[in-house]
Amino acid sequence: MNVPLSWYLILAAALFSIGLFGVLSRKNAIAILLGVELMLNAVNINLVAFWRYLDPANMAGQVFAVIVFAVAAAEVAVGLALIISVYRRRKTVIADEIDLMKW
Amino acid sequence: MPFLNDPVNFISGWMRSLLFGWGLPSGLVTVIIYFIGITVLVMFAMVLDIFLVWVERKVVARFQDRLGPNRIGPFGLIQPFADIIKLVIKEDITPTGADKLLFNLGPVLAIASVIILWAILPISSKIFGVDLNVAVLYLVAAGALGTLSIIVGGWASNNKYALLGAFRMVANMVSYEIPMVVVLLIPTILANSMSVQDITQAQSGMWFAVLSPLALLIFLISAIAELGRSPFDLNEAESEIVAGFHIEYTGMKFGLFYAGELLHAFTFGGFIAVLFFGGYGGFFGLEKLGIFSWLNNSFVQAVVFLAKAMFGYWVIMWIKYSMPRIRIDHMLTFNWKFLTPLSLVVLVNTAVLSKVLSGLPGWGYVLGMFLSNLIIGYITVEILRAYGRKQRKTEANPSPQRLQN
Amino acid sequence: MTVDRIIFLVPAALILGSAVMVVITRKLIHAALWLVAALFGVAILYAILQASFLAVVQVVVYIGAIAILFIFAVMLTRREMLDKGAQTRSNWWLPALLGLLILVGLVFLIIGQPAFGQPAAALPAGLDALRSLGTALVSPDAFVLPFEVASVLLLAALVGAVYIATGNKE
Repeated sequence: MNVPLSWYLILAAALFSIGLFGVLSRKNAIAILLGVELMLNAVNINLVAFWRYLDPANMAGQVFAVIVFAVAAAEVAVGLALIISVYRRRKTVIADEIDLMKW
Repeated sequence: MPFLNDPVNFISGWMRSLLFGWGLPSGLVTVIIYFIGITVLVMFAMVLDIFLVWVERKVVARFQDRLGPNRIGPFGLIQPFADIIKLVIKEDITPTGADKLLFNLGPVLAIASVIILWAILPISSKIFGVDLNVAVLYLVAAGALGTLSIIVGGWASNNKYALLGAFRMVANMVSYEIPMVVVLLIPTILANSMSVQDITQAQSGMWFAVLSPLALLIFLISAIAELGRSPFDLNEAESEIVAGFHIEYTGMKFGLFYAGELLHAFTFGGFIAVLFFGGYGGFFGLEKLGIFSWLNNSFVQAVVFLAKAMFGYWVIMWIKYSMPRIRIDHMLTFNWKFLTPLSLVVLVNTAVLSKVLSGLPGWGYVLGMFLSNLIIGYITVEILRAYGRKQRKTEANPSPQRLQN
Repeated sequence: MTVDRIIFLVPAALILGSAVMVVITRKLIHAALWLVAALFGVAILYAILQASFLAVVQVVVYIGAIAILFIFAVMLTRREMLDKGAQTRSNWWLPALLGLLILVGLVFLIIGQPAFGQPAAALPAGLDALRSLGTALVSPDAFVLPFEVASVLLLAALVGAVYIATGNKE
């Protein structure tokens, strides 16, 4: 394994910033969730790279990554259910137009 | 003799020495040998696929009391070649408004998701692609890729019926993944490992089909649902939604979908053989005798495996051509309200009993597991009968409130 | 530029290229499919890092479930004019600047640590990563509590999503 750890970390940092750009600059609510998924994957790459390079005998890195999988799945399920429900009422998924509470 | 016992390593060692002799660097030699191995495996799978087209047509013909193709070549053996030539020379139509890249990607993903399964299929103890230590989960992952190919194909066709067929099919496949994953844990528990080689070796004592027949049944049902074959073939319901998500596909693209489905069915037959019927081992126990120890070599094991896989494939075809189609809501209800709880009960039962009974001698263990499965099956049938009785009673005399609705 | 580094650079290029396409592309369904490509690249990376279980679970959970969810959500919330016109806000240069700043800062931090420049040690002999992961997830002095809490979280998410999606029957 001649690849230094810093390469993995730089890849994860780049993926995180691309995800951040997606979250902050897209109009569609579903596209925002896509950016959030990219950020979660960047975090996972970091965790697994640290597990492999620094202490492979200690399973905490992989366990943390598995928990992140579970949390990401739960968050996407609830987030998309919310977006579909809002779409049914307001007929829009553009984040800027969903700005009024129920009156 | 080393060729007979260990063909893959023998051939790769010979090629490696040949390529080193030509002066190539060692990294490149490894890559070339891997590529040649992959190509040979994929070609074997695809040639088998052509043979499966013939098998399918002959078997369906016999189930329907007719002869099947018998004009082209002896017993109609050249028929699949005629089919392929016809498909290749057909006009390749891409509907207007269809997403060109995705439209062409659909069939490619469909057949890719089947061929990657051949990497872990243990054809014999020495002939296999790779011995993954998470092979059982890899099977589920390949199913996930197949689901993606259906959505891509259905969406890219720009056709309402294709999209509807794709939705129903994907809902079906994603739902039936759950009992499949739960039941796949049972050979894992019984063999103490997720690797298919270990599972096959662990069945040298007793097949897992005897230790856990309910698991075999549930896996068979979920496998047929994952394949999208009858009775779960809502996507191809000709009378309902024309041809489902492959309406718009013509020529060889449809051929790829069709061939992919047949190869997928055979691969699942192979997995049923590996996970429940002992894989490549066990030539009726004969090879344990001294005289027949030559039966232990790789080619005999490969023949045994292919025969068992063909038997599994035949059972899948038998079910397809004997049962009517199930409605989509019945299909999903059957999965969520019956199959998933049943598979969880069987899993808990297997996990607990395999530890409790581990002290008993061999036949006690086998008998205990088999009886526990029979008891669970009997209780399930009783619950279903009571439920059916209650349903029939409410329908026979509806209460006055229901009449008013 | 050894073989190991080339084997790393190919999935890394796939991940970054697909991620850029996810946040830039105009049609949302294409964005979801580029996300699938990025997730597949991440799975390849896990396999390179010898976390085989995580690689397969990544494909099963992310590509097989989450990406399919995204594709369904995109199809269910389509309106005719939604894929036309600009898909990013008009002040998109501000998030781009912010992302770039964060990236540069993180890269400086990473390069500044000499310990991160070493290649990996070999895995300790006799380490069965799969078995140790399973033991760690259920043993009381390891991580059984986060494991159980995660399952409660998934149950809550399941119930919540079903309730929200079916809506109040009016």
